[in-house]
Amino acid sequence: MDLIANHITHRFGDLAVLDDVSFTVSAGEVVAIVGPSGCGKSTLLSILGGLLLPTSGAPELRGSPPPDSLNPLTFVFQDFALLPWANVEENVEFPLLHTQLSAVQRRALVDDALRRTGLTDFRKTYPKQLSGGMRQRVGISRALAARPAILLMDEPLSALDSQTRELLMEDFVRLLADGGMGAVYVTHNLEEAARLADRIVVLSRRPGRIREVVTVPMTRTERGEIAAREKLLALQSQIWSLIRNEAIDAEREVQHA
Amino acid sequence: MLDRAATETAKDTATRRVRFRGAGFVPASSRFGGWIALALVIAIWQAAGSTGLVNPLFLPPPSAIARAIYQLAISGALWQHLSASLLRIGVGWLLGTAAGVAVGFAIGLSRLARSVGITFISALFPIPKIALLPLLILWLGIGEEPKIATIALGVFFSTAISVYSGVDAVPRNLIRMAQSFNVPFATIVRKVVWPGALPAILAGFRITSSVALLLVVSAEMIGAQYGIGAFVLQAGNLMQTDQLLAGVVILSVFGLMVGRVINWLEIRLLHWR
Repeated sequence: MDLIANHITHRFGDLAVLDDVSFTVSAGEVVAIVGPSGCGKSTLLSILGGLLLPTSGAPELRGSPPPDSLNPLTFVFQDFALLPWANVEENVEFPLLHTQLSAVQRRALVDDALRRTGLTDFRKTYPKQLSGGMRQRVGISRALAARPAILLMDEPLSALDSQTRELLMEDFVRLLADGGMGAVYVTHNLEEAARLADRIVVLSRRPGRIREVVTVPMTRTERGEIAAREKLLALQSQIWSLIRNEAIDAEREVQHA
Repeated sequence: MLDRAATETAKDTATRRVRFRGAGFVPASSRFGGWIALALVIAIWQAAGSTGLVNPLFLPPPSAIARAIYQLAISGALWQHLSASLLRIGVGWLLGTAAGVAVGFAIGLSRLARSVGITFISALFPIPKIALLPLLILWLGIGEEPKIATIALGVFFSTAISVYSGVDAVPRNLIRMAQSFNVPFATIVRKVVWPGALPAILAGFRITSSVALLLVVSAEMIGAQYGIGAFVLQAGNLMQTDQLLAGVVILSVFGLMVGRVINWLEIRLLHWR
């Protein structure tokens, strides 16, 4: 199943946020969206996931999702969005409650998602008892339980410390390794984008327009090797040069706001 | 010159502790402090009455109040008055709470209900509900109904306000998360909005239980033969201050018990906080 951003434009009142953004996320592909602060990255993701109606244009799907997919477009949120009154197991099961699945089937899906994210021993723990990294693991586990075709990740690591970010990045690489699941990964962190994405969509300053789409010229497995670091740094440098001046302008704009 | 240099060197190498400045602003209540203070006040009160320092007609000592409660209990009058009040509070509180929760949720979840409901609530909430009792007697007769209706009205407005405030306070990101999984509206209300609003709803219960107590006493003072309010009024008219204060103590104990029940509910239902 492909996800297509078809000429998406969006305004919040008088404020133009996105201007004619079009690109396609093919099945199993990981596309990162980067750009200066306030360029509309998260707005674009909300539109792609059907949580926000664009002013014009539309998000579209092409092809069928995998037959076992319960929620083809599934979000992983920056702030985790966990139900504080529910334990880990109940949080992961939450998106399955309204489906036709039996309790046994739900349990199997929850067990599998918890196992894949290393949370099996924490199933009865409440969110307030978990660290930020573990909370995001619950968010990822909940997303996996819904068997998504495409994960929509809105800066999923930005609220975490650098060590936890590194560990979760390894988890993402592992989860996306087999190409069975695609992802749209919104981030301001170019290193994360270069590490995870097959292509990087670079947005301009507000209103966000596509400045360039950069293809990462190696597989995700290759990127983990020491020899690839130089190439990845060069790629980050190339993307940074595209957005640097606009990032400075955006920063000044935020400070003056 | 040399002496001064030596002094300065000594000053530089000497160490001193950084003064602790982080004390206070963390009020922790001791386990028995409150009870000890209460016992102390009662003891002073008793001593003042026993020594004749205070005229028992104006302020009977605690022992006289305890005796009055005991006599009320063994004569059966206590249960007669208490059961009448409890029935009114119970029925009035339940009716007001049920309507308040329903209307509060409607206001919290529906644009139409919000625009209509908030206008009416803003207009009617400030009216002292006891002022409506004569009108309610006119409408409903002189039985239990107007007293129960007065309590229900008082409870309704506070409940509705606390419920829609609670619904408004439910983090939007949780609702968006549920929507992103295509969770149906009713399930979002049941699994996200209701538990998210529960802290505010229970806080509202604490207020409405006090409102109900206040209104039952007021209503019983205006027109009732039985009930703690009627009993306190009669005792006052007959200058039986020990009986009057016995009624007040019973009301206080009742309020404390309701508070305990709400504490228990909070511990059970909001353990995740």
